[in-house]
Amino acid sequence: MLSDALRARPAGLDEVLSLVDGLDDALVHGLARLDDERAAALEAVAGAFDGSPLAGRAADAIGKIVAGTVTDDHLAALAGCRVALLGAAHDALVAGFDAASGRAREPWAAPGGPAGAGHPVAGSRSWLRELAIAGWRGVDHELAAGGAPTVRALLAEPSGRRLAVLLDGFGAELRAAAPVATLPRVPVRRWADLWTRALVLSQDGLPAEPSAPAGGRLLILGADLHEHPTVFRCQVHGLLETGAGVRLVRTSVAAAKVDTISGPSAWRMLGAFPILLGALAEHRSVEVSQMTLTASGDLIWDESRAAPGEPADPFTTARVLLAGAVASATAPLDRHPAAIAEPVLLAGGEFEADTDRLPAAGPLTPELVAGASAVLGLLRFDGVRWVVQPLAVQATVRKKPVVAHSGDWALGPTDAKAAKAEAAAGGAVEVLRERAGRLLRK
Amino acid sequence: MTSEGAAFERRSTAPVMAPVRARKLAKVPFVELSEGRLQGVVSSGSDVERVYVSSITAAEHGLSCNTNNNRPCGGLGGGARPCNHLKALLEAAVAQYGVERVARYLKVEPPSGETDLWPALRPVAAPQRAAEVFSGFLRHLAYLEVPPTTEPLPDLQWFPAASAAVR
Repeated sequence: MLSDALRARPAGLDEVLSLVDGLDDALVHGLARLDDERAAALEAVAGAFDGSPLAGRAADAIGKIVAGTVTDDHLAALAGCRVALLGAAHDALVAGFDAASGRAREPWAAPGGPAGAGHPVAGSRSWLRELAIAGWRGVDHELAAGGAPTVRALLAEPSGRRLAVLLDGFGAELRAAAPVATLPRVPVRRWADLWTRALVLSQDGLPAEPSAPAGGRLLILGADLHEHPTVFRCQVHGLLETGAGVRLVRTSVAAAKVDTISGPSAWRMLGAFPILLGALAEHRSVEVSQMTLTASGDLIWDESRAAPGEPADPFTTARVLLAGAVASATAPLDRHPAAIAEPVLLAGGEFEADTDRLPAAGPLTPELVAGASAVLGLLRFDGVRWVVQPLAVQATVRKKPVVAHSGDWALGPTDAKAAKAEAAAGGAVEVLRERAGRLLRK
Repeated sequence: MTSEGAAFERRSTAPVMAPVRARKLAKVPFVELSEGRLQGVVSSGSDVERVYVSSITAAEHGLSCNTNNNRPCGGLGGGARPCNHLKALLEAAVAQYGVERVARYLKVEPPSGETDLWPALRPVAAPQRAAEVFSGFLRHLAYLEVPPTTEPLPDLQWFPAASAAVR
């Protein structure tokens, strides 16, 4: 069984995570207040890069930070060290998974040329620098709100969307938690992750990801739903049958929203994608032609290049084709244990299910998962162990077979009680659109 | 490998914010706990073009209520007794965030089980902030006009959709 094969921890994983923990703890109290212990933890991070291409920059930047000089360049190097450490942890975990499951994976293609930021990133860097200096414990209402002007500037440009969405989610958490000095527990790893990713995305000249046109039949495995106060995203995992073989791919559609739009009515914000949402709700395949497929396996969704296909059961797709499908490597800067989401078909109970990841926007419940005989889901590493995030279950409830998929409600809840609640809550979207129409263009 | 999951401090997806609760938006389309104030926008009962911008400061419980055109609310009249707009605003905040979070923000300790916070407040009159709060509301509405995107957004792995279990 896969669970037995994944029981062993990759060699060196604990040591790497312990270096990361040392760096993260320094960010709790802020780089302006490094005591001897936290300075030593940062120096240990620099020491881990001895003999690597990063050795000089890591030692120089961390030495200067410990001595009290915190510049954007030093912070970029510090973030780079953290990305490299967690990237190594990611690679070891993915290699273990591939060996245990027999998954084939394309190696990373040649690097693309620099993409050029093309969007305002200096404001983002300066807010992230203030946060690092103050530390999470030093975040008050004013500092927490400091990223908001940058988010507005980034949202105005399509190329700034990724960083805007990340900063907005991070900022909302800091605002809700401020003043952090009085917070009982700080999400140390999480905020260091978000800070690091935002800082990396705020650099100029990041490499563009290689991509190529692709087409064929897209067979859906399931939908992974993501959300923070101002975004709702449906990321579909599926298999693309091309002339050359079967590829594991993801495709993503995301909408801006506000916090009062949540749960099943959030699907209403994705009305621009009827073919993809219809395929989810009706369990159909989709014929795609000449869509862009990136080296990391992201199919850039385009409704004008998609046509609804025949009915296709995701469990059948997984049983017949998943074992032979070829996965993609993760883009170098995106490698992180928390970014691992490997589609798997499992017998019920083989892995502990992450029931925090059963969205209110779909029909999956802890009860259905507990009664599952088969689970189609994403295998994730939660920092300590592998857990499965169910995307679909085949279960027996009161002696009757039940099948539920996380994307079943893409066109509205199919359950009468949930549909009634959605009709009431969904009015939120209409009320706010009416208010926007009346007040915004004045 | 241990059977316990990672501690809150060492989890990349540690939950930080409780998702807001669904509520009816027709009367009070916007509420936020921000900049040291419980503030928001209340639709006028008589004129669809008009809204009232109301706020309660967190520390002093200073009340203000004005129209979006900066006219003072007749019901509040510059005083310390809440008008109907402020009453609706506080009710909506409690519905959206839960009474504990609102009480903590306003630094009051109502008797347990009490959902009406007015008896615990000692309101005073406060300078109006209508222009700031109203522009905050317009920024909030502007999210509905941001076009959808098909970018892969890998960072959203850190933001799983809110589960029904924690509501």
